[in-house]
Amino acid sequence: MNIIVCVKQVIDPEAPPSSFKINAAAAKAEMQGAAPVIDPYGEYAVEASMKIKDAHGGKVTVVSMGTNLLREVVKKPLSMGADELILLEDEAYTGGDSWSTAFALTMAIKKLGEYNLILCGREASDTNAGQTGSGVAEILGLPCITLARKIDIEDTKAKVERVSADGYDVIEVPLPAVITVSNEIGEPRYPTIKGIMTAKKIEPVIWKPADIGVEPSQVGAAGQRSKIQKLFQPVHEGKCDFASGETAEETAGNLAAKLREARLL
Amino acid sequence: MSEYKGVTVYCEIKNGKLMPISTEALGIGRKLADDSGQELSAVLVGSDVAGLAQDAVSYGADGVYIVDAPFLKDYQTDSYTLVMEKVVNQAKPQVLIMGQTDIGRDLAPRLAFKLGTTVTMDCVELAIDGDSKRLLQTKPVYGGNAQAIFISETDPQIVTIRTKAMSPLEPNTSRKGEVINIDAGIDASEIRTKILDKVVEEVKGIKIEDADVVVAGGRGIGSAEGFAQLEELASLLKGAVGASRPPCDNGWVPDTLQVGLTGKIIAPELYIAIAISGSSQHLSGCSGSKNIIAINKDAEANIFRQARFGVVGDWKKVLPAFTEKLKELLAS
Repeated sequence: MNIIVCVKQVIDPEAPPSSFKINAAAAKAEMQGAAPVIDPYGEYAVEASMKIKDAHGGKVTVVSMGTNLLREVVKKPLSMGADELILLEDEAYTGGDSWSTAFALTMAIKKLGEYNLILCGREASDTNAGQTGSGVAEILGLPCITLARKIDIEDTKAKVERVSADGYDVIEVPLPAVITVSNEIGEPRYPTIKGIMTAKKIEPVIWKPADIGVEPSQVGAAGQRSKIQKLFQPVHEGKCDFASGETAEETAGNLAAKLREARLL
Repeated sequence: MSEYKGVTVYCEIKNGKLMPISTEALGIGRKLADDSGQELSAVLVGSDVAGLAQDAVSYGADGVYIVDAPFLKDYQTDSYTLVMEKVVNQAKPQVLIMGQTDIGRDLAPRLAFKLGTTVTMDCVELAIDGDSKRLLQTKPVYGGNAQAIFISETDPQIVTIRTKAMSPLEPNTSRKGEVINIDAGIDASEIRTKILDKVVEEVKGIKIEDADVVVAGGRGIGSAEGFAQLEELASLLKGAVGASRPPCDNGWVPDTLQVGLTGKIIAPELYIAIAISGSSQHLSGCSGSKNIIAINKDAEANIFRQARFGVVGDWKKVLPAFTEKLKELLAS
């Protein structure tokens, strides 16, 4: 099995909300004082690839795109057990939309050539778009199953449990295919000491736009078809009315009374 | 001048009815069409769905495109994408609205890439820009920490809308609209996937997305047994139990109870959040609630920024007393 996993570096979504700051001019946000991380949704995709590698063997290649990629961050999938890391790292790749992102990733995947399965997170924690997997699949002309909670490989097919509103659907798809992975797949494994040591020795391969056969004008902000007009933080003017009391019982009673008074019961 | 015009709503159908999200999409679609002096059409895709055309018209559509075929009974990415490509090429809408459902999440991006256009997912606000006449597409980003307004440079401008973010119109059954049937015209070999099973995880009592009252627990509940206490309160208030992500990941409650960006997005009258800190990803799923009540031991918990009423305290002590007090109040 040759598996390609697309995952990116993001600002830490688990950092306290108070550290979240917007740079309106750049239409970007940052978590002040918190280091970037591998996108948690992408980590579920890495975990899914490891589960398949455990069961069937094979090679896992990770592709990440961006600028200022911190090696200790983007190497995390290697320390979890991935074999290779390709970095699309160039100023030209920045500021893209779902279109230019999926396009650049697809060109890198084409260059890699041999694969049975392409995995992405169900969405990224910064854009919350959830389009990359479907976009890559459409450009490559492959079938795609989104929102996977379980993946079983059976020869040249995958049997995938896809999350639905009422439970899940079991869907069979021929390989090669693209699958986007949801958090129900299970907690990503922690890197082992051995994994971290191995990851240290692996040098990421860096591909500039020319390396994947594209013009800088086709990727990043120059290649986008939609643009951000404004990025802002919605204001919550709500004030919480706290119930109080000497004991928990008294406080609970006061809360109930407040709800009754506000006609919420 | 673009050859694309008008607004089209893809109406999702479930159990033989238009889903609420579809009537919400028709509501905002009607407004956008009126604001830009254009027409609103609806699209129905499925098996034996033609009877719903009048419902789509009653909720605001001027016309309805129907693609009805037995093999369209269940959603499959390949078949629905090809069918929708055909509909878009015939209808040529400037704006196409879908719901941010398990189907919309799959169909909208695939269709957009097939058509060479863009989609903005999970919009909470849509408006026509006064100058450019383009669609202003507002969506939460960074897990709900911020919102972004997008403009698409290509047509059709496709969006999915968040559940309960828009309002449906009062249905008017005397409205009339034209029905256009479109032949599905695809080959079975073009569908590469096969549905082996559809598993429904039965939930006791009322469904979380239909409930007026939701009692939700977070990581601090600590166990499946803890959730039994939440169930007691929920049943007293004729509501449903929900959860943030950790209880689902830990297997204390089924995944179908997850409220949040990656779970259910709900907007009940009353949302009682117990031992939930209020991460952005969770708040994305419940911030539309009319009233949020929070019980949390941490006075600084983010959930209190959204709550109307709150108690700072240990839920294990507060909840039993709160449930008892409510029993008394409701009995009197």
